Parts: sequence; structure tokens; C-alpha cells
Amino acid sequence: MNQISKTFPIKGMHCASCVRLIEKVVGKVEGVSSCSVNLLTEKATVAFDPQKVDEAKISAAVSSVGYEVLKEESSEDLERKQKERELRDLKRKVIVSLSLGILIVFGSFPKLMGFAPAVLQNSFVQLFLAIPVQFWAGWVFYQATIPALKHRTANMDTLVVIGTTVAFAYSAFVTFFPFVVQNLGITPAPYFDVSTIIIGLILLGRFFEAKAKAGTSEAIKKLVGLQARTARVVRGNQEIDIPIDQVLVGDIIRVRPGEKIAVDGVIVEGESSVDESMVTGESIPVDKGLKDIVIGATINKTGTFLYKATKVGADTLLAQIIKLVEEAQGSKAPIQRLADLISSYFVPAVLMLAIATFVVWYVFGPNPYFLFAMLNMVAVLIIACPCAMGLATPTAIMVGVGIGAEQGILIKDAESLETAHKINTVIFDKTGTLTKGKPEVTDVIPTSVILSKRSESKDLILRLAASIEKGSEHSLAEAIVKKAQKQNLKLDSVIGFKAIAGAGVEGEVDGKKIFLGNRKLMERENIEISSFSGQIEKLENEGKTVIMLSIANKLAGLVAVADTVKESAKEGVKALQEKGIEVVMITGDNQRSANAIAKYIGIKRVLAQILPDQKEAEVRKIQKEKKIVAMVGDGINDAPALAAADVGIAMGTGTDVAIEAGDITLINKDLRSVVAAIELSKKTMRTIKLNLFWAFGYNIILIPVAMGILYPVFRILLSPIFASAAMALSSISVVGNSLLLKRVKL
Amino acid sequence: MSVDKIFVVLMGFLGIIFTYWFFFMKKEKEVEVEDEVDITVSGGYSPETISIAKGKRTKINFIRTDLTDCLEEVVLADFKIRKTLPLNQKITIELTPTKSGEFKFSCGMNMYHGKVIVR
Repeated sequence: MNQISKTFPIKGMHCASCVRLIEKVVGKVEGVSSCSVNLLTEKATVAFDPQKVDEAKISAAVSSVGYEVLKEESSEDLERKQKERELRDLKRKVIVSLSLGILIVFGSFPKLMGFAPAVLQNSFVQLFLAIPVQFWAGWVFYQATIPALKHRTANMDTLVVIGTTVAFAYSAFVTFFPFVVQNLGITPAPYFDVSTIIIGLILLGRFFEAKAKAGTSEAIKKLVGLQARTARVVRGNQEIDIPIDQVLVGDIIRVRPGEKIAVDGVIVEGESSVDESMVTGESIPVDKGLKDIVIGATINKTGTFLYKATKVGADTLLAQIIKLVEEAQGSKAPIQRLADLISSYFVPAVLMLAIATFVVWYVFGPNPYFLFAMLNMVAVLIIACPCAMGLATPTAIMVGVGIGAEQGILIKDAESLETAHKINTVIFDKTGTLTKGKPEVTDVIPTSVILSKRSESKDLILRLAASIEKGSEHSLAEAIVKKAQKQNLKLDSVIGFKAIAGAGVEGEVDGKKIFLGNRKLMERENIEISSFSGQIEKLENEGKTVIMLSIANKLAGLVAVADTVKESAKEGVKALQEKGIEVVMITGDNQRSANAIAKYIGIKRVLAQILPDQKEAEVRKIQKEKKIVAMVGDGINDAPALAAADVGIAMGTGTDVAIEAGDITLINKDLRSVVAAIELSKKTMRTIKLNLFWAFGYNIILIPVAMGILYPVFRILLSPIFASAAMALSSISVVGNSLLLKRVKL
Repeated sequence: MSVDKIFVVLMGFLGIIFTYWFFFMKKEKEVEVEDEVDITVSGGYSPETISIAKGKRTKINFIRTDLTDCLEEVVLADFKIRKTLPLNQKITIELTPTKSGEFKFSCGMNMYHGKVIVR
């Protein structure tokens, strides 16, 4: 009997008797072995046999005695609800503070707005309207400032608090003691419009910023949302739906048309076509049959199949992708260093500048110098926006990494994303990257008439080659045996099989000595091949590997084996070349075969006969040519070369993402994604640079303007109200610009 | 120059010196962490500087009690961690540092800072 345990949140319990009642009624349900209810946490923990009872029956039992099983909320749901609550609260504060602020503005400029009722011109009425804005809507700024000052740190809220409190306190003083101010030669006018509108506009900016910021982390939410919730597992003779976290490795899972595949696994029965676009970015559904790998969270289209779970929980491809994207979004790009350095000194520096502004205007300013000094100081405090600097890089990185993940381009960290835009040379490993990495027999050519019919001779050559190769583990041997099996050829028994390192194999079939291998082997055995050298060269020029078969010391046939080039190779290489990026192919193949494949794909620079352990050195050689190099490989055999390159790009295989091997991993296996990744990096960097330009430019230009630098010549001063509007806009513009990245077409 | 202006210049000068001293010359209090530490997130991080052992798994629990937007994310960029800190919830980050040194952490907008020292 398979037992599972699940916790249900219960609504409506008041006392210990409620607990006992629920325990009793649920415990009686057939298939439930135990039920324990906790009044404090309002939860029931039920152990049950899912083959006998489902969750609906347990819920029904709870409902039958007047209580309710609540739908369990995930931490994401709770977080979302909290955010929604905060936004609603913020919206209310924005509406109240701007409405009251506008009323005060009406009253503050009677000459401009003659239609404003006289009551609004009364300072005490204005004070009454300003108090809720300052101490209810604006309380968040105080709440942030007080604990920050305890830590001897300051942030934007500190600046807002000081700025608005100064304006509010001065206005309140003027309201109660107008004669004191008048005696100093200053017209006793309050500035409640300044304090209220600043708070209203900054809160408005924060409201839009919070909404926009939620958009930057959408990618992770989407990925998490892809996860299936249940799986239909075959247990004994029955199929039962169980929560995905209870699926074990080795479980056999049934998938019907239109259903989501629960976890990663291998098909054991049936076939279908699967839409993998949501995980790999591959837009065309992929046909799947026996022994094919299926990826969790992808959607089955047409057929029904059974598959065996091979990876569950944190090991699934989707879980690995989520982890990688989260990590990349948590990393920092080198370009951010300067912004980080400045923002860590920024707020105290602005405070010092504000003090200096007050002093300079007080000492050198025109009359009423106190008002000039105060208002300009407030403008400096309000205009400064450290947030824009803090948001410039991370928001763009988050969006960039997110859209990469949606397209099957996984970026390991922000640094890789930054370096990728400088790439001017891309080195492709041949086998398994440009090609499928699965050699296939392309030609079987009898060289002497063994049997009367040519087709029969071809079959004989293939049969003998396969018979002798079946004991070998070489990838070319595998291709020959596979081809023979496909043609249903019955293989002969071989005696005296021997592998000759770097040359081929030998053995005896029906008492005849057979050699199968390369030119070197034939020469060693003094087998005449010169009359077929034209044919051999022709095959090699097509990028094929030629294997020669001799029977009784006479060349009997040629078997050509070639690795097929991936469909996306030509287009992927061409797209890179069109962007002015040099493309290089690296391979262990001989020069002639390598050149043939490179020519077919359109690659001009070829590094042939490079052993796997020499690839890293070749990458370094090209780097010495002052090139910024990306190395594209499968991440398994060429890990050192990927690590040596400025950006290592690993092509994913199946559900094993070679995450540690590459700076960028292409899970969609599409070579066009290499150029897409570089483009994504370029566009993200452009967004970051524009963001930083705005954030720095904004502060560098407007802080001096707020200080009054334009006043001596142009008589221009920045009103604190305009300062708050500009400040609110600065963060929104930076986040909004990052969100524009989402429109990028890769 | 009138007396009030001299007074304002003097106070301004002292104000700037005080601001510099207050924000830039504070002494860091380092808290040595054995296995686990609770960091309260309110107007900054308490404790602000923690020291942990190299190669050992250490749990850092962040509990945000401050409504400030700025603090709703914590970023430990050297460890590639960016976590949202829901209000009044304990969010645990596990670190097993492989190299020693000083690693800064900050809020999402890089306004508030803390430090992890790995020894």
C-alpha cells in the first residue's frame, strides 16, 4: 500500500471539539489511515492511500461537518498578495496627497487662480490639509529614515524627509507666528504646496516604479509557473494522480494528449509530438518515440505515451534553468561598479551639498535670502535621485537574462552577458556542435565484383564490415553496425577479432582474412589501393571518412561515413559573418575532410587535426591576435577550451545542461542562437549605457541647477515642486527603458 | 558680514563635518557567526558585518521588518544571490564560501550595505 501524507489548511475551527470532530470524520473516510488537526496552525495533516481516496473526498468529509478546506497558498501567492496590498495602499496615499496638494496649490496662488475659494487661502486651513499628507501619506519616509539614521546610513527617503520637513516646519511656523517672519523683512507666506506636492509626486513615482519593477522579474515567475502540479503515475495496475513533489525516479508516468509532462524522463511506450517551446525556445513540436528524452513542463500534443521518470525535483531541466536564471539575475555586471561606488557615497554627499547651498544663498543671495536659501536647499535634497543609479544596471540585466531564458539562451552571470557584446571571433567545435555528432554511413562502394549483382555486393560489403566491427567500440563502427541492422542484414560470426590502434580492425569470416580500416592499414598489409585513390579522394573531399575493406588481401570495397551537419549551421554561421564576426572551425579531422565541411557550411578559417587537449591552446593563440573569442562546444569534451575563451558557449544535450562548462548555454541546440546571444548582449549593454547616462546625467546636470548655478547669469532657479516631478520621472524612465528590452526580437 | 551670516557659515561648516563623520566614519561591529545568524532588515542590516568560516555551510536568515521598498531585495552579488524579502518573513540564505575575503551585500538599489567576511 502506498501511503502519502498531506497538509490541508482548514477554515472555521474555534475550539478543541472542532479538532476532534474533524479528526473523527476524516479518519473514518476509507483509505485514510490517520488524521491529525492542529487548532493553532489551522491545519489538518492526513495520511492516506491515494489509490483508495483522493483529496476531493477528504475535502468533502471536512465540508460535511461545516468546515472548509482552503486552497493552499504558495509563498509566491502570499508575496503577490502582499505586493498588491502595498500597491493599493500606495495608490490611496497618492490620490489623497495629490488631491490635498492641489487644493493647497489653489489657495497658494490667489493672483494666478482667482477662482479658488477664499477659505483655501487661509494658512490654518492649508496646515490642516497638509498634516495628513506629511504624517500619514509621508509617514513611510519617516519610517525608513529613523531606523536608517540609527544605522548611520541614509537613503533617498532621508533626503525626502529632510526636504519636506523643512518646508512643512517653516510653513507651520509662518502660520502660527507670521509677525516674527514679517519683522525679519520676509512676507509671511507658507509653503505647504511644496511639502504636499513633493510627497504626492514622489509617491506617484514610486507607485509606477513598483509596477514597472514587477515586470523586470517576470521571467522567473513565468518559468516557475510552467511547472506541472500533478503527474499520472502507474502504480500496480492503477493510474493515479499524485502531486509532482511525490514523483520518484523510476516511476512510470502516463501522458495523454494535451497534457503537461510532469518531470524529465525517457519514453518506454508509445510515441507523440511534444511542444518544447516553453523550455527550449524551439518553436516546432518535436517528434518523440521509444527511448527519446522528454522534458518536464513541456506539452504533449497528439499521442499518448508512458515514460520513466529519470530526474525529479531540483534535478529537472526546468529546475536547473530556474536556478541558473536566478543566479544570473543576482550577479553584478562589471559596468555597475562605478554606479555602485558613487551610489554608496551619494546621499551623504548630497546632504553636504544641500548644507553648502543653504550657506551660500544665505550669505551671498539676494533678498529674501533666507527663503532663497531654504527653497534651494530643499530643491537640492529633492532632485537628487540615487535610485535611478541603483536601478540602471540590475533592471536591464534582469530583463536581458529573462528574455534569453525564454529563447533557450541561458546566461550564467551578468559578466558573461556584458563580455558577449564585445565578441568578434567565434570558434565552433565541429563534432556535435556544427554536426549532429552521430556519424552515419553515406556510401558503400564495392571495388571488385564479388557477386553478380551490384546491390548484393554492396550488402555483402556492409555485412562483412558490420560483422567485424560489432566487437569494436569506435563511433564509426557503431555507424556501420547500425546501418547493417537497419537493412536487416544477418551478421556473420567472426574469429580472431583484433583492433589495430589508429588503423582499424582485423578478423576471419568463413575462413577468409578480412582487414577493415584506413589507408595506413592497407599499406601495412600491402593491399593495392592506388587504382581507387581517385574515388577515395573524392569521398574525402566531401568531408567523409573512408574505411577500406579487404578480403583475402584484395581491396573489396569502401565504406564512407560522415557526420551530418545540423540544419541551423549554415544560417547560424552566415548570420555571424553578416555581423562582421569571424567564424573559425576547430576539429580533430584531417585537413581535407575539415575543409570540405567548412566549405559546405561557409566557414573560411579551419583549424584541423587538433587533438582535444590542444583546443584550449588554439583558443589562447587566437586571443593573442587581440580577438575577443567565444568558443562554442558541447561542454563535455571541450570544457577547458570553453573555460579559456572570453565567453564559453555550451550547446545543451538532452536534459543535461552543461551549466558549469559554459558562460552561456544554448538549450535549444540551434546554432542561430549564438548570434542571438551576442545580439541580446549588445542590446542589453546599450540599454544599460543609456540608463547610466540618464541616471548620471540627470544628477550631474540637475543638482547644480537646483543649487542655483544658472541664477547669476540666467536668473533660473529650480522650484522644489519641479524637482520632485523630475525625480519621480528619473527612476521610472530607467526602469521603463529596461522594460523596452522585452520588445527586442532575437 | 553680519553676525547671523557668520553664524550660518560656522554652523554650515560644522554641519558638513558632522555629516561626513556621521555617515563615513562609523566603526563596523563584526559579529562572528558559527552556524546560523539572524539579520534584521530595518533601516539597514543588524548585524551589518558578519564573519563566517571558509568551506563551512552557514545559514543567514534575513527578517525584514521595514516597509521601505529599497530593502525588499537583498543582493549578495559575489554569491550570485538576489532574494526578495517579504515583510516579517524569515528568508534563509545558505552560504558555503570557497574563498576567503570580504564580500559586500546590499539592498536591490545599493543604498543599504552589509558585509560578509570569510575567514
